[in-house]
Amino acid sequence: MRFPLADCNSPIVESMFESITEKLTAAFSRLTSRGKLTEANIQEGLREVRQALLEADVNFKVAKDFIASVTAKAVGKEVIESIRPGQQIVKIVHDELVALMGPTDGYIHWQSSGPTVILMAGLQGSGKTTTCGKLAKYLVKKGKRPLLVAADVQRPAAIQQLQVLGKDLGVPVYAEPSGRPPKICERAIGHAKETDRDVVILDTAGRLHIDAALMQEVKEVADRTKPDEIFLVCDAMTGQDAVNSASAFHAQLPLTGVVLTKLDGDARGGAAMSVKAVTGKPIKFVGLGEKLDEFDEFHPDRMASRILGMGDVITLVEKAQASLEQGKVEKAAEAFMKDQFTFVDFLEMMQQVKKMGKMKDILSMIPGLGSQLKGVDVDDKDIGRIEAIVQSMTITERLHPELFNGSRRKRVAQGSGTSVEAVNQLLRDFQQMRKMMKQMKGMMGGKLGRAKMAQFAKLKGKGGPDSEAFRKFQGGLGGPKR
Amino acid sequence: MAFGLGGALGKLRAGLQKTREKLSQSLKGLFAIGRKLDQDLIDELEEKLIAADMGPATATQIIDEVKAAYKARAFKDPNDVYVFLKDKIRALLGGPDAGGDIRFAATPPTVVLVVGVNGSGKTTSIAKLASILTKEKKKVLLAACDTFRAAAVEQLEIWSQRIGVEIIKAQTGADPAAVAFDAADAAVARKVDVLLVDTAGRLHTKENLMQELGKIQRVIKKKLPDAPHEVLLVLDATTGQNAIAQAKTFREVVDVTGLFLAKLDGTAKGGVVIGIRNEVGLPVKFVGVGETPDDVERFDPDAFAEALFE
Repeated sequence: MRFPLADCNSPIVESMFESITEKLTAAFSRLTSRGKLTEANIQEGLREVRQALLEADVNFKVAKDFIASVTAKAVGKEVIESIRPGQQIVKIVHDELVALMGPTDGYIHWQSSGPTVILMAGLQGSGKTTTCGKLAKYLVKKGKRPLLVAADVQRPAAIQQLQVLGKDLGVPVYAEPSGRPPKICERAIGHAKETDRDVVILDTAGRLHIDAALMQEVKEVADRTKPDEIFLVCDAMTGQDAVNSASAFHAQLPLTGVVLTKLDGDARGGAAMSVKAVTGKPIKFVGLGEKLDEFDEFHPDRMASRILGMGDVITLVEKAQASLEQGKVEKAAEAFMKDQFTFVDFLEMMQQVKKMGKMKDILSMIPGLGSQLKGVDVDDKDIGRIEAIVQSMTITERLHPELFNGSRRKRVAQGSGTSVEAVNQLLRDFQQMRKMMKQMKGMMGGKLGRAKMAQFAKLKGKGGPDSEAFRKFQGGLGGPKR
Repeated sequence: MAFGLGGALGKLRAGLQKTREKLSQSLKGLFAIGRKLDQDLIDELEEKLIAADMGPATATQIIDEVKAAYKARAFKDPNDVYVFLKDKIRALLGGPDAGGDIRFAATPPTVVLVVGVNGSGKTTSIAKLASILTKEKKKVLLAACDTFRAAAVEQLEIWSQRIGVEIIKAQTGADPAAVAFDAADAAVARKVDVLLVDTAGRLHTKENLMQELGKIQRVIKKKLPDAPHEVLLVLDATTGQNAIAQAKTFREVVDVTGLFLAKLDGTAKGGVVIGIRNEVGLPVKFVGVGETPDDVERFDPDAFAEALFE
């Protein structure tokens, strides 16, 4: 039974602070607070940025162009006194990434007369069929009456797959057992008009962008059906080749947007940047799981953090807001900052965290931690056991863990149905955790950190999280105290 | 199972045609001018490796070796750099475990478990393996353990009919481990040579789905203690650096023995297998180079390195 966060010597905790902000802070440590950013003095730092982008699978050419534009933006800027140069660069980089991938655009061009036609295209295995189902569900929620069209006559059972999805959703599916997709799609639109469906979603076969015949075929589908939207479906795990396939699809089809799939994995998703750079078309939606409602509009700021390896703090916070009781969080945060963190706070924190979902899912959203979590066994049952141990302590013991002697440990072990070893382990972990909190506090730096912590605790969920505030909060986490 | 090497090389080369043309052109471009091995050239070289999805870590490592060899005056002309690179990659990818011979059980049935993330090409890759094995006069049985994705069972069933092999299946939503157990049972009873087990695509970050996969392997072991004899991780050649995380995580849950590199007939270079070999140790066993069941080749490190840099 281990509480993985509690071990401050573990590589996990180390890497947690080793985000891009951290690396950049180190790279800029020699830069004084006076003076300007010059091409020479930011070069080393930008190498770190480049490395981060390449690790995230951003195409090397796109990364190169990006670095050039960041250099142009950064050079000549006064070093702002209150901010470390590393953070200043991170902000410039982050903002540029957001600008490049944004803006948020979930807009669909609706046809005023007759059904709106949406064509989905992409490589094999990118997730077109699942995305069609998700889009249909999304549109039904918006009060639309979609018709799904099975235009994939290539892959065995692709038609059945769409039919099953349609049945689950209660959305009709138009299919013909054989024939040419352009004709099928054309007839499907006629069918939609007859049956009073106002959106037609065309699920085309996956195809390689260098397959001339199949590319011609999808072009023909587009020519005949005159889609209002043509979405390229792109797997978030795609590597350097994303630019080649996206530009080939873009050359053949008048794309209007991109859907990025499989973002529920731990890929950093640099393909998003590559695809946006070569097509210039907005990333409209993202796929976040196998369930049909795991579909969302694209958030460029979250994607930017993800590509930079900063973790998806905003989603984490949204999750937290949805499930936490504000007063209790504030209290825990306060205890945290005041160095008075006891088992009482610990228990409350665990109970709050438990409400947010599976421990592993939550941890994976913490900056820099996600990629380190593989192989770390975070069993939610362990949390139950830890809770049992704490609940077997008297209130005095919870407030003063230093009281624990042998017989108290034995009693708690018996009371919680665990072993003395387990109790010892928890006590050790708790001490480590306190130690780590002290370190974190040091890193966030005195008053400034405290203010940010309070800011963190006070953000409430009404109009969604204040992403700007959170970006600032994230920025504040980097680097040792000056 | 040894495929004709001539044909294998031919198809692999055809699949890598684009790659080869691109890389060799750009490499020749780099060296033709008789440039000095300066920082610019090294940066460009590194870019070529990264463009092939080798990943910055592995690329840097290889480039460092180039630099060291240069310092030791190992290169007489720029072409030597290119030979050096090719040898490095060949050496990395090679080894006794690389290449496409399935490890057959001492006594049949041999069980091959096929795993991977969603959309990597597992079912098509199974069809390819089934096709090859059938041609080699092996009696093949398929197990449709992807009971999750809509119509996945039907997809494999259509392949089984096209290739002419038997299939063990259950309804969508059934316990995949139970299907695997039944299939292992049937494989023994029907005296098949090879049982190919298809599994649902799962992202390696989904703990519960990974546990389910572990259970499938355990259940097969209950019936056949030495099985599975081969666990192939199917990797989409277009995948970037996340493939390394996939390889690491899948290997923690099941005894992955090698990679099936699918969809190498596009423009993607599949260079992440070099990173995987370097960081995780897994060899590539097979390469998928098209959509028909015949578009499969055993992986040949020499041919791969040759094709990459020829």
